[in-house]
Amino acid sequence: MEATVKINEITQNDLDWKICYDSERCTRCGKCIATCTFNALEMQVEKRAYTAVEPELDNPTAHKRKFKAVPVVKQISDLNHKCVGCGMCEKVCPNEAIKPERNIDSREALINHPGGSPIKRGGRTNLSTERTLDKIKVGRISQMTDPSLDAQRHTFDLKTPFGRILGPEELPTKFIDDEMKIEGPTPPVRWIYPIIIGDMSIGALSTRAWEAICIATAYLNEKHGIQIRMCSGEGGMPIKLLKSKYLKYMILQIASGHFGWNRIIKAMPEMVEDPAGILIKIGQGAKPGDGGLLMAAKVAKHIQEIRGVPKSDLLSPPNHQGLYSIEESVQKMFLSMNAAFQFRVPVAIKVAASSSSVSVYNNLLRDPYHIVGGFFMDGIQGGTGAAHQVSLDHTGHPVISKVRDAYLAATAQGKQGRIPLFAGGGMGMTYDLAADAFKAICLGANGIFAGKIFIQLLGCIGNDNGRCNQCNTGLCPTGICTQDYRLVQRLDIDKGAEAIVNYMLNVDTELKKMMAPIGNSSLPVGRSDALVSVDKDIASKLQIPFVC
Amino acid sequence: MCRIGAIKSLNPIHPSMALTLMLSQQKGHDNSGFAIVMKDLYGIFEPYKDKPLLSYSCTEKGKTIIEEFMMEKGFSKKIFRWEPPVKPFKGMDFAKMPFYGFDVFNYPDNLMNAPWETKEDALLDTRLELRKLLEETGDGFVFSFWPDVLTLKEIGNPNHIGEYFDLWTKRDDILSKNIVIQYRQNTNYEIVRYAAHPFFLQGYTLCANGENTFYVKNKECQKSLHKGYIGFESDSQCFLYTLHYIHHELKWPLPYYKHVITPLPFEDIDKMEAEKQKSLYKIRESLAHLEINGPNTIIGLLPDNLMFTCCDSKKLRPVVVASDGVTTVITSEVCGVNDVLPNRDPEKDIYPNEREIVAITNDMEIKRWKQQ
Repeated sequence: MEATVKINEITQNDLDWKICYDSERCTRCGKCIATCTFNALEMQVEKRAYTAVEPELDNPTAHKRKFKAVPVVKQISDLNHKCVGCGMCEKVCPNEAIKPERNIDSREALINHPGGSPIKRGGRTNLSTERTLDKIKVGRISQMTDPSLDAQRHTFDLKTPFGRILGPEELPTKFIDDEMKIEGPTPPVRWIYPIIIGDMSIGALSTRAWEAICIATAYLNEKHGIQIRMCSGEGGMPIKLLKSKYLKYMILQIASGHFGWNRIIKAMPEMVEDPAGILIKIGQGAKPGDGGLLMAAKVAKHIQEIRGVPKSDLLSPPNHQGLYSIEESVQKMFLSMNAAFQFRVPVAIKVAASSSSVSVYNNLLRDPYHIVGGFFMDGIQGGTGAAHQVSLDHTGHPVISKVRDAYLAATAQGKQGRIPLFAGGGMGMTYDLAADAFKAICLGANGIFAGKIFIQLLGCIGNDNGRCNQCNTGLCPTGICTQDYRLVQRLDIDKGAEAIVNYMLNVDTELKKMMAPIGNSSLPVGRSDALVSVDKDIASKLQIPFVC
Repeated sequence: MCRIGAIKSLNPIHPSMALTLMLSQQKGHDNSGFAIVMKDLYGIFEPYKDKPLLSYSCTEKGKTIIEEFMMEKGFSKKIFRWEPPVKPFKGMDFAKMPFYGFDVFNYPDNLMNAPWETKEDALLDTRLELRKLLEETGDGFVFSFWPDVLTLKEIGNPNHIGEYFDLWTKRDDILSKNIVIQYRQNTNYEIVRYAAHPFFLQGYTLCANGENTFYVKNKECQKSLHKGYIGFESDSQCFLYTLHYIHHELKWPLPYYKHVITPLPFEDIDKMEAEKQKSLYKIRESLAHLEINGPNTIIGLLPDNLMFTCCDSKKLRPVVVASDGVTTVITSEVCGVNDVLPNRDPEKDIYPNEREIVAITNDMEIKRWKQQ
């Protein structure tokens, strides 16, 4: 006897997302199928029963059961064509006939391992979405004895240093007629906006998405005086930008694959501006201890040109091969990157937050060459273009306590601020970038860096609840994380840039709105007394008051 | 808001003048303490100008601790002691200590001919050690140990404190050319004597009012800068430590104190010529954690007795500087000045702005330096 059901066949209710379809509303226009980049939909014909009245002479109300073929849109129940919940079908449907629905009984994570392969995806962790920052409040409000400021009226210095800071006793000062002169070289330091657009490469992003962020960065600087900086990510950038005056807003990244640096070096003689900085990426919060991988599917012709590589999977190794110690990294890598721009450009390091981060930071603080210009720590809630899900969800370290630890470690040595601290990983996860920045700063960060929220502003619909996160597939439905020339057209560059500009103008106002009540016009770096926590353990760990 | 004041005069003055200066400025219910630092002493202390003077208050046991400790440290030759005459009265509202002492010592033999840097280090070490010792048993407080400097601090109603020590009666025994004084207005009832300004460290005296909103930043930075930067019972101590650090340790001229605590906004720095820009940026980078962010008025007195005042960068606290040519006053409110310098020309009173340091030299010249 044949079984009534083959339970090993994948069906809709095994998957994370189920298509909810109303054939009565559907006009069969086909837009949903055309727009689904994952080929999760197809037209099928359904056999439908209906009752037809067929009058007979002796029985005028006689009816018969009949069948008809009805064309319908159907979800393909196949792991290779699974619905990812991106909702593009819903977006294009003129009749509200179709939408994806989350399947809370999904078995997908259990069964989606064809050939024994682990799940790979992009985005942030979907498991550790609880945030320390949301349990911290700005509880120290100036009221009577120390008046709060007027966010609209007062001048606020929303700038933070990026570069190696010398202690006052190390400054080459000379006084002539009681006037201080700085005589002799000092490490390069740039005062920048305390929010950096984190490293997302051309390759991970489409050129159009990357360009939109560049445009927003330049616009914020040139039109609004917000000195925001954007990190290139690994992979270089267009020659035209390298030779333009806008290079001054860009932080160039060098990571373990060294992609793009041949073109950067070749462009150096023709650069009219120095870049804002160099960021040496050692590790990444989303997949600490893991390298980078740009799938061959995303290595389009222009990516091959920018990176100087053939079409193949591009692997950035988990470590910088040739560096064996912190000291060596300072001597070899930092020195050579500093020397490349003749010590005019700050060189910083980005590491994944880890139990050992403070040791690394301490070591760098003692570097005798004064050439480490920033310490970027990336927490477990950071995003990525491609990683194993197990890395995203289970490896890494929250950044907040680590940045606090690093600040307090520097403070204990009287070296706070000497190497500016930047915290990243989950910043803007709840779309409150200003609040996140402000709280991290009060805990000791000089600034923060964020990536995901900026592509979300462009139109990325991926989220931390399992929606889409297909940045690694080359099939990004929003045209942001793909190099497919058809898909990238979906992104309107100008509108994307405008969304970022508008959001950042709002962040700028919100930052002031947070500084005003605590009575500060300068960034309250390390002003932990402005914060309280509604969680006892968080309060204890961060050394701030517990309140309830 | 604490009322603060300072008087500098060509002629030695009595503390009663400082009390008069503060009297009309009293407001509110609290007035929880009183502190005074006198520098460049005359009267009974005039013969001992170059000898270190220990100002303290203690229990009977504390007296023994202090005597034994000073002996052990080589300060065996106490050459003068002033015990202020006290006048207890009914309804006295302050927490008095059993004993108040002002002892002048000869330097120990090993310090007698030592360079000044060695002496000042030894004097500081001695005070810090003594303070620690007294704190262990809770038997006393030591406020200053320095040549030509007298300090008195108490908790309670300032007028009563003045009356108890008979400071309202103008006499010729205790006089000085510089007085810095505070009538404490504190909303924090858990106060200790060390929290009362003026504070003193190695010749530097400072009092301030308002809140130091960057107290935690300042404190965390200062803790590792110098052995004398301790206590932090008041957020205003940070202002003194920064002054000491900039002027004494880094040996930068006084205007740079202002550049450190209230740096110019970037938009102002960016308008300056390149060399100036560079130095101001470097200061802001290196000493970011010593910035204050208001609201404060500061009155300071340097080792060479230059007296000055400056404010936070938004000028959120009042201050006035007034002079009759012989005596100059810096204080919170003009009503106090009217009481002590009624015959001055009030049109010449100075209300310093947020970017100024107004300083008074020993010959009563008023110098104004603008941060730019």
